[in-house]
This record gives sequence, structure tokens and C-alpha cells, in this order.
Amino acid sequence: MSEIPISWFLTLSAVLFALGVAGFLFRRNIVTVFMSIELMLNAVNLSFITFAYYFKRVDGQLFAFFVMVVAAAEAAVGLAIILTVFKNRATLNIDEVDSMKN
Amino acid sequence: MDVILFLIFAIIAVVCAINVVVQSHPISSAISLVGVMGSLAILYLLLGAEFIAAAQVIVYAGAVMVLFVFVIMLLNAGAEVRKGRSLVVQLLGVPLLIAFLALVAYFVQRLFPSSVTVRFGGFTGGTAQAIGRALFTTYLLPFEITSILILIAIVGAIVLARKEMD
Repeated sequence: MSEIPISWFLTLSAVLFALGVAGFLFRRNIVTVFMSIELMLNAVNLSFITFAYYFKRVDGQLFAFFVMVVAAAEAAVGLAIILTVFKNRATLNIDEVDSMKN
Repeated sequence: MDVILFLIFAIIAVVCAINVVVQSHPISSAISLVGVMGSLAILYLLLGAEFIAAAQVIVYAGAVMVLFVFVIMLLNAGAEVRKGRSLVVQLLGVPLLIAFLALVAYFVQRLFPSSVTVRFGGFTGGTAQAIGRALFTTYLLPFEITSILILIAIVGAIVLARKEMD
């Protein structure tokens, strides 16, 4: 058996996405929360590319490409926001950044 | 051969992803995330997406993760303080996650029976030529919008992170 069932790729994508969600919900460091989001984006990219293979079309790969570009832009802005938050509050714990709660 | 390659890199990806979530120091999480991205690049190659695999290594594992590590170093982020979580979360969190994933795997298995398979070289449409052709014909408008988005992101990042001057 030298051929991989396509469902394995999709299951791997689901596992990575679920781990990203778990990290997003349970972690308290704002940088790690951000990295969990990147993990979820990567998982979705794997699904896109698997379906590009399945339909034998290049469109899915282009979607993955756009996701990648938008993620790079998002990382630049997000990390700048993290820098500003740290400058103003001297903390990276998201429990202490709650001024919109009250 | 393909199956062995898939299994090796899928296991590396999952182990590194678990490590991203459980490590308490952000720099360990970042290094693990590089591992996930690198092994995903190999899986993209297996699926015939050679351009995306290269972009994954250059853009994600290169540029984005360097940015992350740079910010972690700059902020001197220490290990995260663990606070006691509620008993329900501690007891049910991992089993429920595994149950959910088993359910997802079951339905994916039913939707795509194991006769639908991936073979290395089964799809060769992911070359830089094919990507470029689609990018500059069918997807020209999204491509241009993306370039404007990146410009906005650059300006936004500079405005957010600059020193206040009067």
C-alpha cells in the first residue's frame, strides 16, 4: 500500500485545528494565543491543499496562498498591537488586559 | 513509501502542535510551531503543491516566525504563570477533545472512503507557472487587493509600534 487515503490528511487538519483552538482558549500569554491562531490557519491551509489535490484544480492552492499572505499581514499588525499593549500595561497576560470588560 | 513519509511528518506535526499548546515558555512554543510548519511543507509537497510548500517555508517558517521570536525576545516574555483551572475543565477537557476528534475522523472517513487516495505525483498542477498564471488571470483582483492590504498592514504596524513624538 503506497497510497495515502485522503481522509488522513483531512483528519490531520482537524487535529491541528482542534489543538489550535485548545491553545487559543487555555493559554494566558498573548503571544502564545497569537501562535495558536497561526496554527489554526496552517490547519485550514492543509485542508485547502488536500481539496486542491482531490479536485485536481489549482484554485485551492491559491486560497492557501492568500491565507498565507493575509496571515503575514495579520502577524505584523498583531505583533505591533502586542508591543503597544506591553508598552502601556507592562504585562502579556490576557487576564489583565480587560479594560473593555467593565 | 508515501504512507511512511506521511506518517512520519504527520506525527511530527501533531507532536509539535501539542508542544505548542502545553509548553509554558513562549519561545518553546514558537520553536515547536516552526516544526509544525516545516512538516506541513513536506505534506504540501506530497500533495503536489510545490510552490505553496516553498512559500510555507519562506513566508511562515521564515518571516512570520522570525517576527514572533523577535517580539518574544524584545518583550523578554517569561514563562506563563499557571493558575488553577476549574475541576470540570481539568477532568473533561482532554477526553472531550479526543471524543470530538474521533467523531470528526469518523465522518471524514465516511465522506471520503479509503478508495480516494493521494499518491505523490498524482497532481502536478501546483507549479510556480500554473500558480502564476491563475494568479494573474482569474485571481487578478484578489491579488491586487492583497497587495493593498499588505501596504495597509505595513503602515498600521509602523503607526502602532513607533515611539510617540510630539
